[in-house]
Amino acid sequence: MAIPQPTSAMQPVLRWLRLPRLGVGTGIAAAILAVIVLLTLLSPWIAPHDPLTMNPLARLKGPIEGHPLGTDNFGRDILSRVLIGGRLSLIIGIATAAIAVLIGLVIGVVAGFFRTADAIIMRMMDALMAIPSILLAIALVALNGPSVGSVIAAITIPEIPRVVRLVRAVVLAAREEPYVEAAIALGTSMPKILVRHLVPNTLAPLIVQGTYILASAILTEAILSFLGAGVSTETPTWGNIMAEGRLFFRIKPELILYPGLALSLCILSINLLGDAARDMLDPRLKKRAG
Amino acid sequence: MLGYILRRCLAVIPVMLLVAVFVFLLLRLTPGDPAAIIAGDMATPAQLERIREAMGLNQPLHIQFVTWVGRLLQGDLGVSLISNTPVSAMIADRVGPTFSIAILTIIISVVLAVPMGVLAAWKHRSGADYAVMTFSVLGFSVPVFVVGYLFILVFSLQLGWFPVQGYTPLAQGLGAFLSNAILPALTLSTIYVALIARMTRANMLEVLGEDYIRTARAKGAPERTVLFRHALRNAAVPILTVIGTGFALLIGGVVVTETVFNIPGIGRLTVDAILARDYPVIQAMILLTSFLYVLVNLLIDLSYSLFDPRIRY
Amino acid sequence: MFKTRNHNDAPVVLQTSGLTVSLPETPGNLKVLKSIDVTIRHSETVCLVGESGSGKSVTSLAIMGLLPQALKVAGGSIQLQGRDLLPLSQAQMRDLRAARVAMIFQEPMTALNPVLRVGDQIMEVMELHTDLPAAERRRRAVAIMEQVHLPDVDRIFRSYPHQLSGGQRQRIMIAMALVLEPVLLIADEPTTALDVTTQKQILALIDELQQNHGTAVLFITHDMGVVAEIADTVYVMKRGEIVEHGPVDALLRQPRAEYTRQLLKAVPSLSPRPARPEADDAVLRVERLNKIYGGGGILRKLPQAHAAKDVGFTLSRGRTLGIVGESGSGKSTVARCIMRLIDPSSGRIMLDGSDIAGLSRAALRPHRKKLQVVFQDPMRSLNPRWTIAASLIEGPLNYGTSRADALAEAARLMDVVGLPQDALGRYPHQFSGGQRQRIAIARAVMMRPDVLVADEAVSALDVSVQAQVLDLLHQLQRDLEIAIVFITHDLRVAAQICDDVIVMQRGAVVEHGPASEVLAAPAHAYTRALIDAAPGRSWDFQNFREMPKVPHAEPA
Repeated sequence: MAIPQPTSAMQPVLRWLRLPRLGVGTGIAAAILAVIVLLTLLSPWIAPHDPLTMNPLARLKGPIEGHPLGTDNFGRDILSRVLIGGRLSLIIGIATAAIAVLIGLVIGVVAGFFRTADAIIMRMMDALMAIPSILLAIALVALNGPSVGSVIAAITIPEIPRVVRLVRAVVLAAREEPYVEAAIALGTSMPKILVRHLVPNTLAPLIVQGTYILASAILTEAILSFLGAGVSTETPTWGNIMAEGRLFFRIKPELILYPGLALSLCILSINLLGDAARDMLDPRLKKRAG
Repeated sequence: MLGYILRRCLAVIPVMLLVAVFVFLLLRLTPGDPAAIIAGDMATPAQLERIREAMGLNQPLHIQFVTWVGRLLQGDLGVSLISNTPVSAMIADRVGPTFSIAILTIIISVVLAVPMGVLAAWKHRSGADYAVMTFSVLGFSVPVFVVGYLFILVFSLQLGWFPVQGYTPLAQGLGAFLSNAILPALTLSTIYVALIARMTRANMLEVLGEDYIRTARAKGAPERTVLFRHALRNAAVPILTVIGTGFALLIGGVVVTETVFNIPGIGRLTVDAILARDYPVIQAMILLTSFLYVLVNLLIDLSYSLFDPRIRY
Repeated sequence: MFKTRNHNDAPVVLQTSGLTVSLPETPGNLKVLKSIDVTIRHSETVCLVGESGSGKSVTSLAIMGLLPQALKVAGGSIQLQGRDLLPLSQAQMRDLRAARVAMIFQEPMTALNPVLRVGDQIMEVMELHTDLPAAERRRRAVAIMEQVHLPDVDRIFRSYPHQLSGGQRQRIMIAMALVLEPVLLIADEPTTALDVTTQKQILALIDELQQNHGTAVLFITHDMGVVAEIADTVYVMKRGEIVEHGPVDALLRQPRAEYTRQLLKAVPSLSPRPARPEADDAVLRVERLNKIYGGGGILRKLPQAHAAKDVGFTLSRGRTLGIVGESGSGKSTVARCIMRLIDPSSGRIMLDGSDIAGLSRAALRPHRKKLQVVFQDPMRSLNPRWTIAASLIEGPLNYGTSRADALAEAARLMDVVGLPQDALGRYPHQFSGGQRQRIAIARAVMMRPDVLVADEAVSALDVSVQAQVLDLLHQLQRDLEIAIVFITHDLRVAAQICDDVIVMQRGAVVEHGPASEVLAAPAHAYTRALIDAAPGRSWDFQNFREMPKVPHAEPA
């Protein structure tokens, strides 16, 4: 009688595996991410070659003995470079997500709780959001130099307003809850209400948002490097490997495709885990995160 | 109504002023001597002094800011340190390609993404829904330049359907324009489609659970009417909002796409200026793109009332 | 007293037999409806009554073919004028909806599409089901709007839902439902979200239209008062089953099923209980309390709203003061001002002799202890992340009680409010609404307050649970001599527990006095209108008989 609903053929299998519907995708994503993280963390030990050793005799080779993914224009081993390149990308991503969430949490709580600060903070966040993040980031790196620290700062700053908005929205909604009003009636002091009743509400959305920031930071790092405004090429990252490969794209597209594939898989699995976390922690987040 | 529009427009001014302050401080608060950063490591003291003089860096900060804003208001964006041409002229030269590709992108994105989102929400948890969601998460995950190079590899190098790189103005014929512009626009669309489709789906799902949708079905309305007449219009405001905020993604994407496809637009201009530390150009570009973002979102804000009668003043 | 029409000879409009609905995706194929048999005849009003979760709404949605996706009809038949609806295709069902079977819903605020003009929404029904030309559609829409007694039809035709009141929106819904003259109207709690005076009008309207058109009505409600007003035949539902059915008169006089008796017993009586002896020790005195919202604004003057006008009363230890009124009357504003959750614009709030109206947050702290609150929504009044114990001891810890002492007191109070000891270690989502409300009361009582403000504290609960919570409040008040400010829209509840009553309308107190006088012999026209509108007021549900005739004091 109701609108007929197509049921997935996978359903009995999922039920048997005791997994919720999206479980398989999430499981695969988690597995992929685990493999990527393991490989990149262990890369100094498992990479077949030194990523910086050049070999003028073996330039731009296809898969050959000892170089399963071939070599680049300097004869460096592509596989080793992709493995090592992931390390810095991941470190930058994790650092960015952690810093952006922490700073955003503090500013967002202040904005959500103190009406006087709110207007000023939110206008500043509006302004910061108006500046296209990629442009702001390349400008910051170009001015501060291509160090890892300045890249992290450059990617973090544009992410902060989104976190602030999210935290503020959650705090504003939570402070209207009857249980917060009851706490006021019970004589609980404002700082205590803030820390014990309001901030815990931001935890679930922040885990989700932090995951998305992690993905987007890795992506932004790659874009910065690709545009020539990233970490200097002495330390390979997925982004600057691809940037170097641009010139030889027509002869050897693998120079972009292999690191691109690693990068995309990594971001894809993080995004999928973020979606799963969102569905699990709080279905209502779908609305707020938009 | 007019009063409302006026108030909304006035509310934009402080935001724009703050953007100007941020952009202004970007260089000034960088550790080290701004002139040295601009001139690079090899500059002589005389060169540094000349740059300081040209940019007014010897004056106190607030004087510099006021002078700068005063010139901006007169339409003076400064002069490039590298080519010595006025920044406004440089931008005017390069704005055409960027705009035409951006508009093409927006059209492609909205036309594709909204129906995708509606379908996914209507057939919630069906194969179509999973397909849309998969596409959408891929769109977020594969970097724009990887998409661009993949498209070039497949459609230009292997299939030979489109030229590899370059740009032909619309003035030289629609066909010539499209053959160059379609790949960059499609590349740029991936992330935008992902964003809009995802948002459309989420909001349609929410609206489809509302009481008035049940009322519409209780009236005997067929699904087409329920979806488009009743649901989509109610979901329009958040979808429009995401089209507006996604505009920032578009600007970022333009920079990358123009690099990949070798298009002489303002994105490429900005990157070159940043890499060459051509500060007046950087300032002007960041400022203009930010203002554009604010304006687009203002227009979208004002258009809400067309879709939702509750937003009236 | 009741409708006494006989419909036994009228043609059957709808008959469900053995209607069973299940949740196929649950283990054991959980049954939501178990073999429901309902018969509705031409121009008959059948009431389906039950508490939340009884399956009454599912029944109506099953008839409309609008069950949520998770639910499936597992057996039985639904015959509309002899034609079985279950085998029909989606398209065939669509053709029947609104044309033959129409439905109106509980929330008029959300049941109309907010972005379409209401006139267009009425005309849409005709667009979908008829070939009438536009002018004729319009003419009929206007005609039905007049039939449902909407004022200023031309203006309302062009209005959007948000520009109309709740009652007007429900009239639009009814107009939309009846414009094609369906044989059956399903009304799912259509007046529950409305104020009593509006409810009365809507009930009268449905009755009038039914008389004129001979429509059969399936009326779903939880409110026995409404049943007494409008039903010809009553079906009582409990957990997906029909426990009893029969003509309204027989069912209310001689209920056979134990469950029906319980339900009727739980309906609070409208006749006020005798007031307790007046005491002298005023614990709370409110004088000329005002709350004005709005005003100010930078670019233009914002409109002001005077939410409370010169409100004043005195409350002594151990007594209960009811603040009664419809939505927007300002009763909750007064409660929140007393609690200092919002700041009053002017006036005095004397708590145990000191004025707390203007105290700063810090200066207020020592007084907070004496003044506690219980809110309406049991789902949101406890922090979902905290154990019950943590919620209960929060207040005492703030005032220096040791954790061990506070926990001991919490354990003792669990007994008092009738919850098991192990409840302390559990989380709010593991409890029902009524249990959570008990916990919220225990949390307030932990502070040993002088005054308890109960803001619609039983309004979200089913009647049987409501009765238990009211008993608990009564018992606590007796043992601890707490003074209670009881905010409610429900006159029955007020009559049952209040010593004194304040009636509020548009921010002002229109009548103030002992409950026995105000509710039995109201002096103000508004109070009389409220009492007149209380559904089933002439029936004594608890004793299965007419209300003893009280001399109704007409104004001199």
